[in-house]
Amino acid sequence: MKGYRKYFLNKLGWFLITFVCAFLLNFILPRLMPGDPVAAIVSRLAQGMSNTAGVQAIYEQYSTLFGTNKSIPEQFIIYVGNVARGDFGFSFSQYPRTVADVIKSSIMWTIALQFPAIIVGWIIGNSLGALAAYLKGGFDKALMPLSIFISNFPPFGMAVIMMVIFGVNLKWFPTSGGYGFDLIPSFTWEFVWSAIVHYQLPFWSIVLIAIGGQAIGMRSMAIYELNADYVKYSRFMGIKDRKIVGYVFRNAMLPQITGLALSIGTMVGGALVAEIIFSYPGLGSTILTAVRGQDYPLISATTLIITMMVLIANFLIEILYGFIDPRIKAAQSD
Amino acid sequence: MKHTLQQIFRSGKFVFGFSIFVGIVLIVLIYPLVIKDKPLDIVAQGTFFEPGIYVSVYDSLNATPYTLLLDDAAAKRLESRLPEEDSLAMKEWLVAAGVPDAEIDTTNTAKLLEQWVNNFDSKKNLPGMTNAKRNYYIRLNNSLSGLLSTEGAVLARKNPQTGALEQVKIVNQTDYVNVSQVSNVRILPLGTDNFGRDVLTEIVHAAKVSLQIGLLAGLIATLIGLTLGLLAGYIGGMVDDIITFITNLFIVIPSFVLLILISFSIGQDKRGATTIAVVIGLTSWVWTARAVRSQVISLRNRDHVNLSKLSGHSIFHIILTDILPYIASYVVMALILQISSGILAEAGLSILGLGPRTTEFPTLGLMMNWALVYQAHVLGKWWAYMPVLVTIALITFSMNLMNTGLDQVFNPALRD
Repeated sequence: MKGYRKYFLNKLGWFLITFVCAFLLNFILPRLMPGDPVAAIVSRLAQGMSNTAGVQAIYEQYSTLFGTNKSIPEQFIIYVGNVARGDFGFSFSQYPRTVADVIKSSIMWTIALQFPAIIVGWIIGNSLGALAAYLKGGFDKALMPLSIFISNFPPFGMAVIMMVIFGVNLKWFPTSGGYGFDLIPSFTWEFVWSAIVHYQLPFWSIVLIAIGGQAIGMRSMAIYELNADYVKYSRFMGIKDRKIVGYVFRNAMLPQITGLALSIGTMVGGALVAEIIFSYPGLGSTILTAVRGQDYPLISATTLIITMMVLIANFLIEILYGFIDPRIKAAQSD
Repeated sequence: MKHTLQQIFRSGKFVFGFSIFVGIVLIVLIYPLVIKDKPLDIVAQGTFFEPGIYVSVYDSLNATPYTLLLDDAAAKRLESRLPEEDSLAMKEWLVAAGVPDAEIDTTNTAKLLEQWVNNFDSKKNLPGMTNAKRNYYIRLNNSLSGLLSTEGAVLARKNPQTGALEQVKIVNQTDYVNVSQVSNVRILPLGTDNFGRDVLTEIVHAAKVSLQIGLLAGLIATLIGLTLGLLAGYIGGMVDDIITFITNLFIVIPSFVLLILISFSIGQDKRGATTIAVVIGLTSWVWTARAVRSQVISLRNRDHVNLSKLSGHSIFHIILTDILPYIASYVVMALILQISSGILAEAGLSILGLGPRTTEFPTLGLMMNWALVYQAHVLGKWWAYMPVLVTIALITFSMNLMNTGLDQVFNPALRD
């Protein structure tokens, strides 16, 4: 455990640095853009208001709320203070709900959907890719073009097709929402069952997309490892095939874990759009409502939360990787 | 160079992907030359017209009629006027009224109608039938009257003076027109979309714009990535540290989030297709930079590079002649991937409602967005979204195939 300390501290340092940078970007990017966001908001709110003094009053109220009448560094301090308290202000499109409230009600849906889907997709994809590399022949010939095709299919396209086949035509699963429209979230059997049924289509469409990409990566890694010298050497030594395959896949797996850490951001992006297709009550749909309602505080907060989730997931995978890869342990004991 | 190209075109995967891609590009270029309609012209009043050939009813009345005596014409006409559920309902009534089940054949419309005319009585009260159901049968019966008549339809024109209708022409049941003689026929191979626009014309133009967005985004991303990768890899030291730091940052910060944030901040008015392409390019260079850097590092201390250094060539010259040729294959592959992911990124953004603002040309993402907003997928209007999906998938699939093909040519370990 002791040997890992340097590795963990290094990773933790990176995590903090990226976090700060992401936070800064989230703050600066919208403010770099031309135009006054408050003016845009006011013109939307004050539609049909002919009283200039009234419009002026609204404008001033919102400038104080966002602090746009202060200098950028001051705004930043206010922003940091607010975020630290979990206060993202009010949502425009869903006023009088606060942004924190909107996000609180959607974040669990996203985590419960995407986290298992990506993990399951990763596991199935890697197993299939490894099998394809090992078995070769017909299985490989059939699986590879299919995986390439699926992984190139846009995530939203997979969602639409799954929905049309299983939701609209076969009517096996409901086509939209996270639970029955006539239910209120609660821990009753009826609600839980309804949530499970609504879960299937979004879940499997995300899984399918993940499988394709992972299978291709794993296959080429495994082929590369199977041709490595240590495999030939082990064969000459008379080590059983099964044992060699174990070594090979362990080695081929390691880059795949790093790959997962690096691609998790892209996967989440695709999955968010898939959520929108199914009107799943997660963060994806929240972004959509925010964009449609020109809800500036909600967008800013949602993007921050998603970035945070991706960074944390990334950090956790890196930590896990530290335990799995023996080279890291070896490097620490030098 | 020639040898490499030969080798590439011997790879089945590459050739297959390449032909799909060239096919798409050719269609995109040639179609607008033949059919000059504007992609966003609204041709239909109403949403989601089915794919098919639309013949002007008015013009076909004025076209020369031909008499064709076809045996099954009457039966076909009946069938199209009598939907299956109605004929099943008729059977239900007849059975309840005492006609033996075995005698009724719902597929034989003429016989069914005959039985119906003989037996139906609107005053008859069947046990267990609700009032609504009885009214339904009365309506059905009314709509059936005249179905069996063999007379033609009368065309009349209003007399401008008296306002009375005067018979002009009788259209017989055996009258036919030749479609090529009807002056107005519009073929809508993929129907119309939610706004009543010709989907095929729209999709061809959309594919063109999306390809342009992808190309521009890919070029920008590859250029930035290549420059940073070369600088970091070749110069090393402080420059390398800074660039690696930035790359490592942006590799974990999801580019999708940055895209959303930037596109939203730009605002609806300033978001053109070019802007979107530039934004996508600016957020997706990271992978290229990283990979180019590691390749350049492995090249940096090769003998030929050292020799070049000793000969006193400038850094620019060394990079151009001693390093670039070695990573060119990789850069091309990265560019192909960037183009396809750029197209996907545009589509994703458009679905979120952050797509390019458009007045003349649609993009594939926007078309998808319109179809989704108008619930085409739930309503079963496949022609509004399926062609878009297939086009996107074909483009990205062909590009990835080319990429895999190139990969196998340049990395012998991956060959089958």
